[in-house]
Amino acid sequence: MGLLSDPNRRRALISLLTRLNAPICVVCYMAGVAWFMGLAFEPFTLRTYMSENAMGSTMVEERFPAGERALATGREFSAHKKKVGGMPVDWLVKTMQARGLEVFTQRFSRTLPFPDENKERYLVKGTNVYGILRAPRAPRTEALVLSAPCTPGDNNNQAVGLLLGLAQYFRNQVYWAKDIIFLVNEHDLIGMQAWLEGYHHTNTTGMDWSPLQGRGGSIQAALSLELSSDVITSLDLVLEGLNGQLPNLDLANLFYAFCQKIGVLCTIQGKLQRNDWDSVSGYSHSVQTMMLMVMKQASGRPWGDHGLFLRYHIEAATIKGINSFRQYKSDTTTIGRLLEGMYRKLNNLLERLHQSYFFYLMPSLSHFVSIGYYMPAFGLLAVILLTLIKSAPSQMSSPGVLSVLTPLVISHLTGVEVAVEHFPVSETEAVVLTAIAIYTAGLALPHNTHRLLSGEGTEQGWKVLKLVAVLYLAVLLGCTALINFSLGFILALTLVPVAAFVTPHVPKILSAFILVILSPACTLLFSVFFFQELQEMPVSFIDGWMLFLSVISQGILDHSLYGSLVYPLIALLVYPCWLLFWNILFWK
Amino acid sequence: MAAHRCSYSALLLIICSLSMFIVADSQETTLTGDNHATELDNPQTATETAGQMAEQPAVEERRLWEATEVEEATPDDADTDKQDTSTPETAVPSSVPQPKDDFQEELVIRPLHSGDIYASFQFRTLWETDFMRGNKVSHYRLFPKSLGQVISKFSVRELHISFTQGYWRTMQWGQPFLPSPPGAELWVWFQDSVTDVDGTWKELTNVLSGIFCASLNFIDSTNTVQPSASFKPLGIGNVTDHSFLRYATLPREIVCTENLTPWKKLLPCGSKAGLAVLLKSEKLFHSSFHSQAVHIRPVCQDWQCKTTSWELRQTLNVVFDLHTPGQGKREWSLFKMFSRTLTEACPLASSSKIYIDITDNPQGEQFEVSPATPLLSQAMVLGDRRTFSVYDLTQQITFGTVRSLNLLIRWKSSEGDMLRPLLHGERYVAGYGLQTGEIHTLMYNNHPYRSFPVLLLDSVPWYLRLYIHTLTVASKGKDNKPSYIHYQPSKDRVRPHLLEMLVQLPPNSVTEVTVQFERALLKWTEYTPDPNHGFYVGSSVISSLVPSIVAMDTNSTREQPLFSSFFPCKEESSYFVRVYTEPLLVNLPTPDFSMPYNVICLTCTVVAVGYGSLYNLLTRSFQIDEPSPGLAKRIANIIRKMRGVPPL
Repeated sequence: MGLLSDPNRRRALISLLTRLNAPICVVCYMAGVAWFMGLAFEPFTLRTYMSENAMGSTMVEERFPAGERALATGREFSAHKKKVGGMPVDWLVKTMQARGLEVFTQRFSRTLPFPDENKERYLVKGTNVYGILRAPRAPRTEALVLSAPCTPGDNNNQAVGLLLGLAQYFRNQVYWAKDIIFLVNEHDLIGMQAWLEGYHHTNTTGMDWSPLQGRGGSIQAALSLELSSDVITSLDLVLEGLNGQLPNLDLANLFYAFCQKIGVLCTIQGKLQRNDWDSVSGYSHSVQTMMLMVMKQASGRPWGDHGLFLRYHIEAATIKGINSFRQYKSDTTTIGRLLEGMYRKLNNLLERLHQSYFFYLMPSLSHFVSIGYYMPAFGLLAVILLTLIKSAPSQMSSPGVLSVLTPLVISHLTGVEVAVEHFPVSETEAVVLTAIAIYTAGLALPHNTHRLLSGEGTEQGWKVLKLVAVLYLAVLLGCTALINFSLGFILALTLVPVAAFVTPHVPKILSAFILVILSPACTLLFSVFFFQELQEMPVSFIDGWMLFLSVISQGILDHSLYGSLVYPLIALLVYPCWLLFWNILFWK
Repeated sequence: MAAHRCSYSALLLIICSLSMFIVADSQETTLTGDNHATELDNPQTATETAGQMAEQPAVEERRLWEATEVEEATPDDADTDKQDTSTPETAVPSSVPQPKDDFQEELVIRPLHSGDIYASFQFRTLWETDFMRGNKVSHYRLFPKSLGQVISKFSVRELHISFTQGYWRTMQWGQPFLPSPPGAELWVWFQDSVTDVDGTWKELTNVLSGIFCASLNFIDSTNTVQPSASFKPLGIGNVTDHSFLRYATLPREIVCTENLTPWKKLLPCGSKAGLAVLLKSEKLFHSSFHSQAVHIRPVCQDWQCKTTSWELRQTLNVVFDLHTPGQGKREWSLFKMFSRTLTEACPLASSSKIYIDITDNPQGEQFEVSPATPLLSQAMVLGDRRTFSVYDLTQQITFGTVRSLNLLIRWKSSEGDMLRPLLHGERYVAGYGLQTGEIHTLMYNNHPYRSFPVLLLDSVPWYLRLYIHTLTVASKGKDNKPSYIHYQPSKDRVRPHLLEMLVQLPPNSVTEVTVQFERALLKWTEYTPDPNHGFYVGSSVISSLVPSIVAMDTNSTREQPLFSSFFPCKEESSYFVRVYTEPLLVNLPTPDFSMPYNVICLTCTVVAVGYGSLYNLLTRSFQIDEPSPGLAKRIANIIRKMRGVPPL
């Protein structure tokens, strides 16, 4: 305090900061990256533990016996699916009713803004079928959801079979205190979105759905099941939801605890846990796991059907059965017992899951990094922006609002242009290419316009512009990192160096090249390659480029179908912010 | 409620009527064939029934019908008077001198559409006395003293209290005989002599809380309302000044053994004899639905209604889930349901009967009841003409040679589809996030061509701030303007919102009432110990006169003479129904109570260091202030200035 209020010392401090600006920035950047990489190092992380008392000490005995029958039901389902050529609604309704559930259906339809080439759909029409197991002597105030998507082809039949088997078994148990909703949704996420919107009677994305006839009160937790083989080697837990939201860590803990208890191999991000944290390969393994989570979270899209529940403050996760070439296999009865145990514990909940963390990263299923540990990594990067602001000349004559405002407005208009997809095109490629074209055209704009409007740019002018741009970036990244740490951190990694070095006086060609490399679009391109690398599925450049294009189209689709915010964030805020720095580089 | 009462008193009429007549031949043959089938299917029960059959072979051959009078089923007070007047003269056997108090017990078992079993107990004590007179009533025989004292001390005109665990599934089970909302419900009409109604109400709830071992003491001004139209007195007297009415629900109240035991103690025979023997808590609470209630009201003593008597009606409704314990074997017996069989009626009871609803089962194709009974009776229940098999427990013959009655119901067909009850309601909270929300109340009128009005009562706690200007009522996509709205806004921490509306439901439609609300931020001491569980909003109450099913039935004209069936007769045209929607569980914005230390530390640090220093830096301007030189220095400087040298 004294340091800051004493003008002499303040001046000295500022001059020190200005003088050592570059080294401080470099050190902070290095420290930030190093801190982040250190998060995956096991001794620095915390072991997971069950925070919720209602799920912790209570004893639950799993007795689900009917795995084989569930598989038979799954085969029957698949036969009916083939016969009908889609969701066998009538069969499902009848089967659920025979199991003593209250059964309801919901029809929905949605026209996509442009055809989805990954899933080959444009006009989507479907039906969700769900059955409610009413808890005895409960007044329909709380519910749990178990869902299984009905996917085309031979996928996921076992999941539906197991869902029906569990429904039958649960119906005969007496201990349910919450209604259990068994949902089979068509067209995966679109069906789920329709069902959730119907259940909560909201309409955020302009979908057509018929209102739901039966409800079970406020949903406390949900699990989505994906299972495509009769036996599995491991179960994979998917947590990342819409906009990088994560369910309460206790849900992951619950899954892990039951996998341990029942003896099923469990993975996260498809990666098994390893015990050799002190070896290089062990460390790199956990870095890989954590980086996969970071990349998935940053993408802001739901990575399973559970992802859409999170918006409604319903803790949800997807459980995927994986069948690889490992020796040890678990059968459907075991998975059924695992799910039974999880639902019994969730049934015991007195309150919503709230005891444990909502913000975390997981380098393995048994360890987690909480927000208090990972935020400093971002903080160190943010410090660079603060020193940049601090070392800006304190005495500045105000150089015409116009000269600063113009680039701001222009760059944002470009962003709006990218974001508002009102092109009269209905082809995926066309949409993506138009977006890229506008993006690149945006690069040409600034140094043509500002001279036209405000004449020769002054030395003061670019300094003020840079100050504004850096402030803007700091606020933007700060807010993003609070909501979605991964996205904020990845953007900070690329944009903070841009903010640090750009002035009109650096070599133009080289800097322009670096600036383009560090632009949001290129970040996305690199992320695509990096993600493939992490998944141990490296791709050639051409494939990567195609993937990059499809990622953009998926981003736009996610935005219009489920309300994902990453695409508008990049187009409306991050890209214009980057354009400001581009503008500074070409200031004349 | 009135409808049930009416139907019940109609049943009571039956009790001592002796005129029986033989059913038409066609029916007789099918029924005997039916009995034969029973024996074939179940040899083990055949032996049980064999004794009875040996005793009364002649009776077995032909079914006998009790004469039935059909009572009106309208909630008007006038009707109440009429049917109540007729009750005593028939309820009491004419040979016995009329006692001043009278006790009756009955059990109705109805196999439900869904395959579940609904058992409804009713115990009625009538007492010709006047609690309100000056002299104290001190001699109690059948009427429980604890309740009698409550009536006289608090000048209660009418008292209705119910404890319910579970939600009545109208779509699967149809209408209950006595509806009740989940949790506890209490409504009381006070005498107009009471001056401080609120104070009396407060005391009364505390006393009842003690009597029934329930948390009724949580009833205070924040959950009490005075409905203007929905809850009319059910007994005699035409007080309509609703300032003497108090209504409250506790949706969170859990009902269990500790509430059942005091309830059973109010019965004259306790749980020692009669139907109450069946009330074993471990079985009653092992069911899909459990509801127990006490209704006290004044009724007419005789036809002219010169004197009044007090009626205490204790009811217990329970639905057993067929699916749960017995897998595969779809059969139920008294023993399976209650782990008891009946051996005698309560000796104090003037009548003790079991009714089994066999309306859906005239030919015995759905289920089969054994031992068979020759007595049948018909009654109008909830607008529908139902047929019941009657077992009179006061007759020794009912218990047969084994001296115990274990009714057995064996299903033949599988579970039925969903019902389409004429009226049912549904409620849910729409929207997401913790700031605002929307309450949707859906009211279904499934009548194919008749519209009818309903009264909707909504009582919403103050911490959901209703935006009443957003209230919309729509049916079939069109605006449906309520003809009557009574709205009392809430006061924070003092009283809840009360919304009452009279809405006309068009035929075959869904009427949706929506109103938006904002979730209030409570003070930190106002949160419950489990704030993340959410806060309950009680059921809304839909009361209505519903067109009768019988009136809807076009086939009925075939059996009746033509001259009798042109105009729908009034007694069958409509009946009173009260439907409760499910309660709501709403999450309010909740602070993280588990981290007060962290929060305090963080906020203090931020405020003290971050905010303080920043504020300081931003608001102050710093200048280098030259200290004023001393006197000697100043003089020296003047001299130096004169000399032309720079100052010190």
